[in-house]
Formats: sequence, structure tokens, C-alpha cells
Amino acid sequence: MSPPATKVNDLSWMIGGPQGSGVDSSANVFARACAHGGLNVFGKREFYSNIMGEHSYFALRAHTGTVRSHVDEVNVLTTFEAETLFRHAREVTDDGAIIYDASLGKTKLSEVPTIEKRLAADIRTYFIARGVGETLDDMLAASKQRGVTLVPIPFKEILKHVADEFQVDQLSKISRVVNMIAIGAAFGLLGFEFDAMRKALEDVFRGKAKVVGMNAAGARKAYDLARALVPEFRYRLEVVTQTAPRLFLTGSQATALGKLYGGMRFQTYYPITPASDESEYLEENEVLDLNGHAIASGDAKNNASILVVQTEDEIAAVTMATGAALTGTRSATATSGPGFSLMMEGIGWASINEVPLVITLYQRAGPSTGMPTRHEQGDLRFALHAGHGECPRILLASGDFEECIRDGFLAFNLAERYQMPVIHLVDKALANSYATVPVPDLSDLRIDRGPLTPPTNGYTKDHPYKRFDLGNGPVSARAVLGQEGTIFWNTGDEHDELGHITEDPALRNLMMEKRFAKLDLAAKEIPEDVKLQYFGPEDADTVLVSWGSTKGPLLDALDRLWAEGAKIGYLHVRLLNPFPTQAVTAHLKKAKRRVAVEMNFGAQLAGIVREQTGVQMTHLIVKYNGRPMSSTELYDAIKGLSRRKAAKRTVLTHGA
Amino acid sequence: MALEQVLKPQDFATEVHNDWCPGCGDFGILRTIQMALAEMKVEPHRVTIVSGIGCSAKTIHYIKTYGVHTLHGRALPYATGVKLANPQLKVLCLSGDGDGLGIGGGHFVNAGRRNLDMLYIIHDNGVYGLTKGQAAPTLKLGVQTKSLAHPNINDAVNPIWLALAAGATWVARGYSYDIKHLVSLVKQGIEHKGYAFLDVLQPCPTYNDINTKDWYGGEDRKDAATGRPLPRVYKLEEGGYDPVVRESDQIEKKTTQALEKALEWGDRIPIGVFYRNELIPTYEERIAQRVPTYVESPPALQPISGPNGEPLTDLTKLLSRLTFAPG
Repeated sequence: MSPPATKVNDLSWMIGGPQGSGVDSSANVFARACAHGGLNVFGKREFYSNIMGEHSYFALRAHTGTVRSHVDEVNVLTTFEAETLFRHAREVTDDGAIIYDASLGKTKLSEVPTIEKRLAADIRTYFIARGVGETLDDMLAASKQRGVTLVPIPFKEILKHVADEFQVDQLSKISRVVNMIAIGAAFGLLGFEFDAMRKALEDVFRGKAKVVGMNAAGARKAYDLARALVPEFRYRLEVVTQTAPRLFLTGSQATALGKLYGGMRFQTYYPITPASDESEYLEENEVLDLNGHAIASGDAKNNASILVVQTEDEIAAVTMATGAALTGTRSATATSGPGFSLMMEGIGWASINEVPLVITLYQRAGPSTGMPTRHEQGDLRFALHAGHGECPRILLASGDFEECIRDGFLAFNLAERYQMPVIHLVDKALANSYATVPVPDLSDLRIDRGPLTPPTNGYTKDHPYKRFDLGNGPVSARAVLGQEGTIFWNTGDEHDELGHITEDPALRNLMMEKRFAKLDLAAKEIPEDVKLQYFGPEDADTVLVSWGSTKGPLLDALDRLWAEGAKIGYLHVRLLNPFPTQAVTAHLKKAKRRVAVEMNFGAQLAGIVREQTGVQMTHLIVKYNGRPMSSTELYDAIKGLSRRKAAKRTVLTHGA
Repeated sequence: MALEQVLKPQDFATEVHNDWCPGCGDFGILRTIQMALAEMKVEPHRVTIVSGIGCSAKTIHYIKTYGVHTLHGRALPYATGVKLANPQLKVLCLSGDGDGLGIGGGHFVNAGRRNLDMLYIIHDNGVYGLTKGQAAPTLKLGVQTKSLAHPNINDAVNPIWLALAAGATWVARGYSYDIKHLVSLVKQGIEHKGYAFLDVLQPCPTYNDINTKDWYGGEDRKDAATGRPLPRVYKLEEGGYDPVVRESDQIEKKTTQALEKALEWGDRIPIGVFYRNELIPTYEERIAQRVPTYVESPPALQPISGPNGEPLTDLTKLLSRLTFAPG
């Protein structure tokens, strides 16, 4: 039998190591090198709520085509320490490889205290079943037995060599170079051009020539060594030519960019994972440029700025952003579950006072502290009902990086046009993942500030400005604090047209009706292509319904299923309130199988669909272990639906 | 309204029916703010007054400036947002002692850390009036006001101490029945460069039957010789007290002096300015060090879209750092 053909540019790669040891920058260099070589990448980051020492890893796919998700299997596992091998060696495909530090072979499983008891027991069972001991060598031998290629790298020797070459007196000073030794070995094994890695090192260690030099020297040694050890390997990465520029970014950055482009000039936050990344990115880039439109109109200086304020808590974050919004500033706050919980009262205030406020909600696994660094789409119903009493709000959920940008922008338009809080749902999987994506064409985007009172407004003592005017449709012309002639009042109490407290029952009715009529208007006016997106054949007998970051793995899984001829449709809902009832009904009513796919326990969207359309899902695919869905497990689960006795509820469990 | 026009307190009045109890100390504060703004000739639309929840918070509805009546305890962060987004506005912030020192205590501390240029007034009466007289944070241990089932089991917080500890750079106390003195304090607080905190002793005639107008005025302890009351409240400045930090090496001395004075209570209660220090950079100045255009072009005054809604923000530089060129 001839050896299987080489797989070129279709790789699932993983690197792991203790938190704080440089795993992030290693993965960054690997991804950037791939991108420099014209490949597309998707990277998923997993880490503990911990500063230093706990296990973290990066799963990264490299491909010539589009990649939007991770897969279950790992083709090349790369590490310089023991824990990663104990945890992940079993995920490596039989035709894959493990790059490791040969000097660690005698390490016993019991010597790695950061592995949870349940997982340690599971690994022990694996060893017992194979009749081997519990060292790393045993794990490696078991891997080798099933065909995995072992690539031992003498990390310490290479490090010593680098120390000598660069005249460093202590190895500990350059210990982080082990990361790049590992990456160099991976690229050597994969036969990728070393030059791409050098470019990536220059990106990551910009302006630090010596650091680049040391890392490149270590990497090159390992590169050559791996090539010599494994001249023929099943997986290869080759440089390809890209004809168009691509962005390489995280969901946090994408969201921040959309918000900036939308004119956001004030953002508050209290430190919380995974939301803080966005605010920190904004803070680093607080001085902004203005484009030709501004310079041509002559009414703007050459630069602008955004003010990012770290507040004392999330109550201050939401209320401070609301105060800023009252001045006419496009203002937002960004948070995650526990912080959002503190914002309830502030959201109600913004809603009753018709303040255009944007809240970017980075969902993570709850309830309570839950799993702070892990993924979930568990806050849909919470965001929908956040706050006491009945207060309208708009809910948008992004499914990929371009949607993060567009929704970041759009949220402000909707907030100002309908004068209510907009909650923009993002999640950990989007926030912390990065990928190469085509540079989106944003030329269609326009800023819509909604009805405003003109600067010279003609209001008089007898005909005063009414902030909550009941005479002109549900959306009243907005004035801002400091504007002449338009003094108004706000109160969290029910109010009259001027904004003063009232408990008059008739006025109460009118104000409630006014506020909710804005939601009806939004439902009517927001374009269909913003509300949802349908993929697949129109006559599909199975229609999947989902929202948020499941979009990536779903589309990757569906590409495979469609290629096999499956008649499956996928409805991606982006506007979750006001709910696109008609369109969702139309897409679902003819389908034989209606399947909600969600990263939560309760299938929250399925419940909302039923409430809003009367249509009941026939199947649910859910996941709530804190790890995002892979396209592999979705492919399997969707395929499983066509079995005669398919389970009504499939729970996905993959992920370490 | 033209600048040269003479403003009267009445120009700052609304037609909203005032529903405070007769004799409420809040009337004095309301009148004071209207008088101070008129005397300072501030056009009403340039002022935003932010309040929390409670009787004190209703004040904004009776004043004809922009008025933002917010949530219990949250007046400061709302006011901070307004001021940061548009530092060209004059921002006043009003709370009760329950509002500002109880539920809003965390914000009280953090406002001091920022030293934003605004005046924060606490209507200090020791009770939660609007909810029928429960003990509030400035009510002393063991005091039993009339709606309490038992004497107060908590001790009182000292607002002057707390403000100094938090970093307020102008700290004063007024008395709501001495309007002339209070107007002077409000004006000084507004003019102070930085975060100014004004604690106003403001008797609640309905629920605080201990610290009443008569009690502050010393009606219960008349001079044996003259038969005249011996007021408890006295003015710091009349004794030659100098609150001003002129050089940074005076901070310790002036702070200690203020802390000592703020311990006085009971028979002698000082009002006036305890501490003033304009040597500490304001939050606005700190921001301007990072963003030089901040003061002239703050968030609220930046154009963001062209005549047809074209976004004005240029992302080129940011995107270029995230872009892989073709090749």
C-alpha cells in the first residue's frame, strides 16, 4: 500500500503551556507566519481564570480557503512542557505529530498538580487500558503506537546555544525563547518557508532587533532539526499568493473598530473578562484620525479622540455612559455577565428617559462568576428582559468579525434613531478568537442620528421644548445637555412631556405606549438583511436556527454537508429584539425538521422563537461546557438528525 | 438669553408644584442654588444639575436649568459622565446623605480620586425622609429619631473626613437656614478648580426631631444672662481659620487641621470651608495630558458625520496595523 498523499495547507495545529509562559505570543507568531505566507487562519484561545501557571492552549487552523472555526482533531501538537502532552496527546490524529521536549519523558502524571482530578483519573484509565505506566514516555509511546510521529526537540540545548551566540549569562533571562523554538520546530516539520516566521517575529517583537535575532536563531535551529528528523510528513504548509489584503484581528478589535467608525467618543468599563480587551484596545488608540469628509467640510480638526474611562464598578460604568450620552456624545459601556447584572437599574433609567445608550455585552459562562474565561451564549433571555418593569431595548447579536464591526457601528444608529438602549451581544468565542478575514467593504455605512432639534429652534416660554413630546409620533426630537433653548428634565420616575415627575394614569398610558411604539417602528424600519440571514437551499427539509458565534462552525460544517448534497438551511438571527417574527416564521414553517443550535443549556432562542412565532423546534443542539462548538461536532450532530430515532436534544461536549 | 441681561433667582424657577414638607431644609438649598447661579450670571442652559433619589433629588425639577434626576446613589457617576463628555458645562450634583453616603458611598470615594471640576452637595439630615424616616448614614449612634423603633445601632460616618480621605480638593459645610452664607459657599464650590464637596446641614422637620432647626440654633440652651439662644453652628472663617493650601508642602498640615475641625460636633458645629487645594491637577487636565485636544474638542463637541451621514472617523491607521497586504 502506498503512503497516503500529503495534505497541503489544511492543518489543525495546537500549542499549549502554562499561562504566563508565552503561549499567546507563540500562537500569534505561528498565525502571523501563516498569514504572511498567504494562508488563512482561525485561532481559538482557551485559558483559565489565573495569572500564571494554569494550562492554556491555542487551537489554530491554517488553510488556503476560508476558515471560521476550530475542529476536534489536532494534526500537530506543539509544546515544551508536560501538562499539554498529558491533556492533549490523545487528540492528535494518527497521522499527526507531537513536538515535545525529550528531557521531560520521566515526568509522571501525578507530578502535574494543575490537572483536574476528573481528567487525571480519565488519563490514568487510558494508561491502565494500555497496560503502561503513567509517565510522559508512556503517553508518547501510546501515541507512537497508533502512528503519531514523535518529534523530540532538545529545548535546553538549543537555548544554551542561543545564549552563547548572543552572550547571555543566564538561561533564565531568555527562557521564553523556548516558545519560538517550538514554533520553529513546527514549521520545519511542516516544511513551511522559514522566512514567513521571521516576518512574524518582526511583527510581534517590533523594534526589538535583539529579541527577534535570538528568537529567530533558536527557531531556525529547531526548524532544521525537525526537518532532519522527519523529512517526509503527512501535513505540509506551503506559501500561496493572496490577491487582496486581509485583516487579522480578534472579535474584540472588530467590535471596537465598528464602534469607532460609528462615531463613538466615550466608553466606560470596569475590568472584567472577556470584555476588557475591547476597552483596552480603545484606550491604546484614544487619539483618532478624521478622514477626507471631515477635512473637506472644514468643521473639524485633523484629529479626534475617544475618552475611555475605567470606572469604580459597573453601576458607574452604565450610569456614566448614560450621562455622557445625554450630552449628545455617542457613548457605550462594555461588560460581561456579572457586570451586566449590576447595570439593570441603569438600563431601565436609560429606557424610560429614551437615552441612546449602547451596551456591548461579551457573554461568558455563568451563572454568577461561572467560568470567567470560558464561552457561553447564556445571556440572551437576560439581555432581553434586563431591568425591572417593562422597558424597550434593541438586541443585536454578532455572528462573525464583519458583523462585530457592522453591529458595533449600527448599534449607535439604532440607539439614536429609536432613542433607547441597544444591547450588542458578543461572546467569548468571538472576543478571544482571531482570524484572517477579507477587508470588509464598509462603504455602505452611514451615520443616522435620528430626529434632533435644530440649534436655532424657536422654542419660547409659551411653546417650550418638550423632550417627550406626545404630538409627533413615538420618537421625539432629541436635544442635548447644554443646547440653548431646549432645557429639559430627566427622571427615573414616570414623566410628563417636559420630563417632570407624574403619576397621572392617563399620561402614564401615553408614555408607555410612546416608548413601545418605537419598538414597533424599529421592527418595521430595520432592513431584512440586518435582521437575519438565510443560508442554503430554499426548499430545505431541515432548517437550523442559531445566533451569535455559532455561525462560524455552522457554516464550516454545512459546507461539508452541502458538498455531500444535504438539503439543509440555516437561519442566522442577528436582530433579536424587536424579533423578526414574520421572516423567521416564513423560513421555518415549511421545514420538516426545525433545529435550534445554541451555546446554552436552555435553548433560549428556541423559546423566543416559539413565543414570537408559535413555531416549535423539533430538535435542539446545545452545548454548555464552556468550550465553543467545533465544526466537527456540529457536522456529526447535524448528520445525526437524519437518523430515524434522532434524539430531540443533542448535547455537544467536545473541548479540553 | 443675552449675557448682559441681569439674571434673577426667579429666572431659575420652574412652575412645577413643590411637594416638600413645610419648613423643609431643602427649600434653603433650592433658593441658594437659584441665587448663586443668578449672581454668577450663568445662562441656565449652560448648567446641568444631576440628582440621585429622595427629597433632595426632586430639587432639579424646581430649577430651570438642565436637570437630571437619576437613580438612588448614582448621581455622581451620571454627573461625571455629563462633565467628562462636555467639560464646558457647569455641572452640579445633589444627593441626600443616604443617597450619597449610604447606597452611593463607593462613588463618593471614587469621585475624590478623579478631582473632576464640579460641585457635589449633600443634603445632610440624618434620615431617609421620602421612605418615612429610617436612619441614614450621618445619624449618630444611639440617637432615636421619631420613626425609629430603637436607637440607631450604627454609628455615623463623617462626610468631611470621608471627602478629605477620598481626595476632594474643596471641602465645606453649610447650614440650610443660613442662606447668605450658603450662597457664598455654593459660589465658591462652583468656582473651585476641581472636585468640590459641600455638606449642608438640612433639618428634616418631619422625621428628624433631634437635629432640628431649634437644636442647631441652640434654642434649648439659652444664655442665662441674656436669655438668648446659644447657636451650635458657628462659622470657621470668623475664628480666622485658613483652609487654603498654597504650597504643596502645606497639604499635610492643612488636612490635619481640617480633620481636627471636622471632629467638632454637639455644642459647637463648624460651617464654612474646611479645606481648599487647587494644586492637584483636575481630571480634565490629566486627560488633556494624554489627549491634547480634549478640552477644546471634548467628546460631545466632536463632529462624527458629514452632510450625508458619512462617517468621519478614519480607520486607515488602525486597519493598516491589522492588515496583511496581498502577495
